[in-house]
Amino acid sequence: MNDFTQALELAVSLIGRFDPELRQIVGLSLGVSLTASLFAFAIGAPMGTALAIYRIRGRVALIVAVNALLGLPPVVVGLAVYLLLSRSGPLGALGILFTPTAMVIAQTILGIPIVIALVHRTMVDVWARYGDALLVDGASRLRATSTLMAIGRDGLLTAFLAAFGRAIAEVGAIIIVGGNVRGHTRTMTTAIALETSKGELSLALALGIILVILSMTVSALSFLIGRILTAR
Amino acid sequence: MKRCLGPLRILAIIALAALGGQTFTHPGWAEDQTIVVASTTSTQDSGLFGYLLPIVKQKTGIEVKVLAQGTGQALDTARRGDADVVFVHARSAEEKFLAEGFGVKRYPVMYNDFVVIGPKDDPAGIKGKDVLTALQTIRTKVAPFVSRGDHSGTHIAELRLWKEAGIDIVNDRGSWYKEIGQGMGAALNMASASSAYLLSDRGTWLAFKNRGDLAVLVESDKRLFNQYGVMLVNPAKHPTVKKEAGQRFIDFLISPEGQSAIAGYKINGQQLFYPNANDPNA
Repeated sequence: MNDFTQALELAVSLIGRFDPELRQIVGLSLGVSLTASLFAFAIGAPMGTALAIYRIRGRVALIVAVNALLGLPPVVVGLAVYLLLSRSGPLGALGILFTPTAMVIAQTILGIPIVIALVHRTMVDVWARYGDALLVDGASRLRATSTLMAIGRDGLLTAFLAAFGRAIAEVGAIIIVGGNVRGHTRTMTTAIALETSKGELSLALALGIILVILSMTVSALSFLIGRILTAR
Repeated sequence: MKRCLGPLRILAIIALAALGGQTFTHPGWAEDQTIVVASTTSTQDSGLFGYLLPIVKQKTGIEVKVLAQGTGQALDTARRGDADVVFVHARSAEEKFLAEGFGVKRYPVMYNDFVVIGPKDDPAGIKGKDVLTALQTIRTKVAPFVSRGDHSGTHIAELRLWKEAGIDIVNDRGSWYKEIGQGMGAALNMASASSAYLLSDRGTWLAFKNRGDLAVLVESDKRLFNQYGVMLVNPAKHPTVKKEAGQRFIDFLISPEGQSAIAGYKINGQQLFYPNANDPNA
């Protein structure tokens, strides 16, 4: 138990000191993961909705594929993005390997199937309940979609937070495409991996505690903002 | 309609908050003074780079992005053109890299040594023996041994030592020999948790905090010499290599100033790396 109390004390003192390096790492973690989950949402939500309300050919196959991709190992995504962005790869000319941009790309890819699958599930329910009524009212499917999204907003928020949760907790992909470069691409999770490898287990665990606190804060804030906007 | 956009608006707000941060406005990424150095886990885990890079930045203006990867992976990263400089420790692999035309020239920088580490009570009884006898004893007693297994400099050295000890480790290993495919720190953590023996570079060992019952059992054998070299990636192979800044980084490392900076890195008064850029045979 000693390890845990020590880690807790360390976490408190790190937060209390407002350590500049920690602040930078936290800022990068949040920045990369929020941006990636936002992109994943922007791409995945319309696809998930379309899968729910349009009779697309091969729909079942798509749904099965998307659900299978939920288990996409981050390290594989990281490797694929690495090979694409490497100087010897097809997108090497961009020169964005080992930058936060590369990390956003990898985490966006990881987030998309999660958003599609969860949005699809929400929208199937909502569509089953309200779809016919909306069409009877004379709304076009596209017009009906925005209303459906409003009705299913809790599910949409969950989908976004699930994508964010995967991104902020993930280390396999970003350590490959970001390189864990101090001051550039070091995030909470890659810093935890590094401190573990240095045998600084208490510090690693302390960073883990801070990561959980951050994650909870983002989740709480999202719900709070959701409440305020809905109540208006 | 206004309310319909609720969730999207939330996301927009969050995203703007995130983008407004320093993520994408950080200066220096596109500047020519930033180079990527592919190196080994030992240079990072030992804390050397944390100490040395601010000095490099101050003296040369060069910002170094370090990839701590292990020698094999670092050389592969450079082969793909994803690094400007490699700073590694496996001479045979470095010379192969040069022969393939991926490196311009190899400069010796510094050395330290490898040590055989194991449980303090030393159940196999290798303490104080020479390294080859120690490995033979571990093999005979089938004592648990953790191997990096990741083509790192330390792994390459370990394989060489088994060979010199007359043990064909590829065919002769059993469950006592655990090849973990991870960095030095992970290997030390595992040895610490399972009371196993392993080969480590001294720098990482000195900086390592989770030692548990581990201690240095075999050292000061000339076979345990560990030389570090640095090379500029060949711009003829990869035109994107920042040859000017990369070469200036190398020149600083091997300059008297850089060499004394390396010698100045200590943990608890103990020097971790010994500069030897002047030794033509290193």
